[in-house]
Amino acid sequence: MNLSRLGAMARKEWIQLRRDPRSMVLAFVLPLFMVVFFSYAISWDLDNIPVGVVDEDRTPESRALVERFTASGYFRIVATPERPGDAEQLLIGGGAQAVLHIPPGFARELSRGRRAAVQFLLDGSDANSATVALTYADALAAGFTTAAHVPAPPLTVSSRVWYNETLRSRNMIVPGLIAVIMSIIAAMLTALTIAREWERGTMEQLAATPVGRAEVVLGKLVPYLLIGLLDVAMVAAVGVAVLGVPFRGNLVVLFGLTTLFLLGALGLGIFISATIKSQVLATQVAMVVTYLPALLLSGFMFAIANMPPALRAATWLVPARYFVSVTRSLFLKGTGPLELWPQALAMAVFASAGIGLAIRAFRKEIG
Amino acid sequence: MNRAAWLRVRRLVAKEFRQIFRDPRMRPMLFLSPIIQLLLFGYAVNTDVRHTATFLVDHDRSAASRELVAALTASGFFQIVGRSERSADLVGALDRGHAVIGLEIPPGFGDDLAAGRSTVQLLVDGSDSNTGLVAQGNAMRLLQAFALGHSRGQTAGGVELRTRAWFNPALESRVYNVPGVIAALLILMCLLLTALAVVREREMGTLEQLMVTPLQPSELMLGKTIPVAVIALGQLVLVTAVALLWFGIPFRGNPLALVIGALVYILAGLAFGLLISSATRTQQEAFMVMFLVLMPLLILSGFMYPISSMAEPLQWLTLANPLRHFLVIVRGIFLKGEGLGDLWPQYLTLLAMAVVALRVATIRFARSLR
Repeated sequence: MNLSRLGAMARKEWIQLRRDPRSMVLAFVLPLFMVVFFSYAISWDLDNIPVGVVDEDRTPESRALVERFTASGYFRIVATPERPGDAEQLLIGGGAQAVLHIPPGFARELSRGRRAAVQFLLDGSDANSATVALTYADALAAGFTTAAHVPAPPLTVSSRVWYNETLRSRNMIVPGLIAVIMSIIAAMLTALTIAREWERGTMEQLAATPVGRAEVVLGKLVPYLLIGLLDVAMVAAVGVAVLGVPFRGNLVVLFGLTTLFLLGALGLGIFISATIKSQVLATQVAMVVTYLPALLLSGFMFAIANMPPALRAATWLVPARYFVSVTRSLFLKGTGPLELWPQALAMAVFASAGIGLAIRAFRKEIG
Repeated sequence: MNRAAWLRVRRLVAKEFRQIFRDPRMRPMLFLSPIIQLLLFGYAVNTDVRHTATFLVDHDRSAASRELVAALTASGFFQIVGRSERSADLVGALDRGHAVIGLEIPPGFGDDLAAGRSTVQLLVDGSDSNTGLVAQGNAMRLLQAFALGHSRGQTAGGVELRTRAWFNPALESRVYNVPGVIAALLILMCLLLTALAVVREREMGTLEQLMVTPLQPSELMLGKTIPVAVIALGQLVLVTAVALLWFGIPFRGNPLALVIGALVYILAGLAFGLLISSATRTQQEAFMVMFLVLMPLLILSGFMYPISSMAEPLQWLTLANPLRHFLVIVRGIFLKGEGLGDLWPQYLTLLAMAVVALRVATIRFARSLR
């Protein structure tokens, strides 16, 4: 390994990269676009859930209950039909996502200290939204019970949410997004680098130089690593400054672990490129290998704990999984470096595997 | 169109089929990859919150505290992954992500409960906001039920919310997601196959050969799109079968309504693909553009993320997305048993989109051949 040859290789790659405007757009504009776009488009926070209300009781008490639903901001009344059947029609037609039905005698039951039953019908087809709506409704009904002058329940639960106190989904998504974006960008950028040399015929020139296999691979890595680090800095800055996501960890730890992750992801890209040698196929393979797993199996949006065992085992092989947990810990939990060592170790293994595979797969021989 | 033209189109269709299936890598991509993706999405995109990892610090260790813990775990919503005597361990478990919920039962809980003034502390890891919110709601509901069972003598009054979910009573997210995957896969295939179809001929230099044949641009377009439409319909049948037989997703509507909707939707998808193909010069470029188009299409559709939670301008944008409208059709037919009568606005919108996109694609396509 010769450092000056490695440096020359890195400089050549950098000059080549600078001349290709499409790569530069891909490297800097795409991450920014993705983080802004994703964080405005992806959210599981529900408010203004359209709800139909059938109040058959029509007493101050029943109106107070309805008022509690609307005042919360979670629900918005779209219709107040007279008959329960009409409300159900709303649910089928899709005009309302839920129906609150207060039967006659609601206030009377309440004043006698009995459980006054209220019906809450939901469109369950979107299970996630329905579960969230159900959670809100439950909490509102419980609050109403406490406020109504009934003997206090014998158990008080003091519930506190940590790390993301308002349970805003954007705080969860943006840190994870950094990991997803970087998996895609790293693989897309490097997937072309060696295939391009083959297709453009510059591989012959490279083969004629005394540069070694490891020097080529590492030399190609360096510029992309710098771009990747710059991307992460940029996306993190946008996340904190524009999107209001907290950052509670240590910046040095973030960039140290980002470097580790990028080395692996870039190595994987070069490996794909060196193995496949065709630009079109290489990008497709890179997409399939990185995009889908990073999106689905990293825990970025879909909790790994909820997956069936086989799939859960598969997530151990997805490097983005470790990086998502690192970014989320650093942004939200402020976890120290000592608690992140399992993730760091996994990413180090992945980095050496990626670079090792890339060096092995790269052949200078022509023909 | 006269008979000679039909004959030319038929020849071209036959050629296209031969070309598609000649590449041995193509067959698994066309028929295996949709199934793999369906399985992947069906299992991975799971937002049901069950067996939440719970860390328990029980300072009381009385019959009452054990009963409280049993009330949580017996439901299947919570699973104790660790217990300790020290509160600090609870903090550590949440910090390291070993547990999502921490439950701390103070000393003297059993006596306090009997006296009617007990408290417990619930800590929730909110870093996964969805899991956190739902797990917190589940815990509160179960603990309230527990409290109710322990209220002394008189029954506690108040409101009892009786909830019932329609169309998907168990609130399984898979029932909602799998029909969505079918819609997403169809547009993916239409775009992938048509976007590269013309560019490939251009790059390989075989487009010149096609141009010296008596084929008209419209015939060329038909010949390029008919095979893709046939393949896409085949995939629809295949993937629907897997959804019904493997995942046990209910199918409450009319199969014919689904096929009609899919046909219009496929037409729109093909037109989009042809537009990409006629606007790009290389396969590489076509692939990039397709990725850039596909990503917003998937996200701004309500496929995985609810439209009502998006920023307002993005909500308007979703109206231009064929996937959004087809998702309403697919879910309506699968889950709600709706038909053409309920879904005609979606059918009409899709039809309008297909007509406009095909019209634009024809013009651009004919121009790009010159």
